[in-house]
Amino acid sequence: MNHLPVLPVVVPLLAGAVLALLHTAPVNVRRVVALLAALAQLALAIALLRGAADGTQTVYLLGNWPAYAGIVLVVDRLAALMVLLTATLALIGLLYALAGQDRRTPHFHALFAFQVAGLSGAFLTGDLFNLFVFFEVLLISSYGLLLHGGGANRLRRSLHYVTFNLLGSALFLVAVAVLYGVLGTLNMADLAHKIAQAPPADAVLIQSAGLLLLGVFALKAALLPLYLWLPNTYAAASAPVAMLFAVMTKVGIYAVLRVYTLLFGADAGVGANLAWPWLLPVGLATIALAALGALAANSLRRLVGYLIVGSAGTLFVAIASATEASIGAALYYLLHSTLATAALFLLADMVRRGRQHAGDSLRRVDALAHRNALGLAFVLAAVAVAALPPMAGFLAKALVLDAIGAQGHGAWIWTVILCSSLCVVVALARAGSHLFWRGEESPDAASSAGLRPPLPERAALGLLLLSSVALTVFADPVTQFTRATAAQLLAPQALIARVLGAQPRADTDAPP
Amino acid sequence: MELLLASAIGVLIAAGVYLALRARSFDLILGLTLISYAVNLCIFAMGRLAPGKPPVIRDGVALTLTNHADPLPQALVLTAIVISFAMTALLLVIALRARSAGASDHVDGREPGDKA
Repeated sequence: MNHLPVLPVVVPLLAGAVLALLHTAPVNVRRVVALLAALAQLALAIALLRGAADGTQTVYLLGNWPAYAGIVLVVDRLAALMVLLTATLALIGLLYALAGQDRRTPHFHALFAFQVAGLSGAFLTGDLFNLFVFFEVLLISSYGLLLHGGGANRLRRSLHYVTFNLLGSALFLVAVAVLYGVLGTLNMADLAHKIAQAPPADAVLIQSAGLLLLGVFALKAALLPLYLWLPNTYAAASAPVAMLFAVMTKVGIYAVLRVYTLLFGADAGVGANLAWPWLLPVGLATIALAALGALAANSLRRLVGYLIVGSAGTLFVAIASATEASIGAALYYLLHSTLATAALFLLADMVRRGRQHAGDSLRRVDALAHRNALGLAFVLAAVAVAALPPMAGFLAKALVLDAIGAQGHGAWIWTVILCSSLCVVVALARAGSHLFWRGEESPDAASSAGLRPPLPERAALGLLLLSSVALTVFADPVTQFTRATAAQLLAPQALIARVLGAQPRADTDAPP
Repeated sequence: MELLLASAIGVLIAAGVYLALRARSFDLILGLTLISYAVNLCIFAMGRLAPGKPPVIRDGVALTLTNHADPLPQALVLTAIVISFAMTALLLVIALRARSAGASDHVDGREPGDKA
């Protein structure tokens, strides 16, 4: 059996364990191990994507148990794409942290690796309870990473964040327990098979479990009214951590896509199309409120936090249409918005350190070192995230609007998305003019070379902006891929048949 | 027995939610602990309540759920217990640190009504 599907979980887990043991070693040793692991992860993710690109769905039986008894990992286009996105952002975040932010706690690299393992595992698993376990893995490391750097504000935000997620986990477990109690399985493909055949008497229990799960995923993805934790938490996190967190909200979106196309898709009998009627109005309200939040934000990082909330809303609105075109456009938008918001987080951190006293506050005016370079990068990232031409954001939003088209609620969706885009443009323009125009170039900028962001940080930001540009240049192949991904998602029968038909390997190479 | 267990879960959840909403860090942790107890009981109950059926395979007894308890919910509960235990420990540490950093054990770090 080909062991590639499990490696994106195993490699960072092992690396994390080694890094945890090395916490007394010199920081350079840890950096080398962490970088090697991140590079290996990227290579693995590319290999996974190449294997899945032609539509192959690989089923990996962990421990060679048959699918009904063990846990399966599933690699399809969506899983491979998300693993690749995670690996890319993890590598860039690590690069950014190499400039010195990783010195603040001895366990930074270990936690970072564990979080990558949790993220990759969540994207790859084909078992509902295992999804919960990987959620916990990534959450536990995110708690540690959020505290990274210390300070009373981070502690307080962590308390809120941990509490929110513990309640989410409790709900997740209740939903999983109900599904198991009714259907007697936790394998997602098997669940899909059994939900489709469930008698109407079980409909209420299955539907309520499904909607409980929707609540949990909405909490992870920061959907109204469960988004209140996000802007403050992300504003409190250190920059490389915040940019990895930008993928973490996408886990919720991934889980919605996976669960509500596979388990509660169009053919799911009593659970058919369970989530879509809820996601549309809630997504629209989230977009509107996030735009207002962005206008009212008093610091750049909080503004970016609201942009993440808004992007989650847009994604849910697009997903709620549940057509091949709309989900394909949503996936393209997901790639673009993750990269663009990650870039803005790094930029906010550089601005914060380049200003003497005001930090990244939008209320106070302060001189800024390296105003021109940072300003240029801000313009690029802002144009990308505000969906203005010519960057990928514009294409993505145009695709989303086009895919939603003039169906029943089309007019509402167009109005809300376009008005909120205008608000975001205004908010970003105001933030930019406040940060880069009203303050002066810091007089001691030339003399204090130490204020200049170090090379790894500039490289990380450059890479993010570059990949955002690349997403624009290669828009055609990427959108074709995301569309094919959507087609695969909307036809889950192939996956169900593959998982249920997966045979354990005969024990040929066992010791005699 | 079903009624007893179901109302126990309900009471635990209610008490947990009440404590969590008191917004004091220690009460919050107690509340979350109660909620996780309730959730564990709930998972456990999903394997059906049946006395005298160990989840152990014995010779001469057919391998069906009429003769054995379902072992899977017990394994799930074990995982959930370990995770919630670790989370409670972590939350305790964070709450203690936050308490010593600020002047209040309110979850916002300041008494309601106080400015800044």
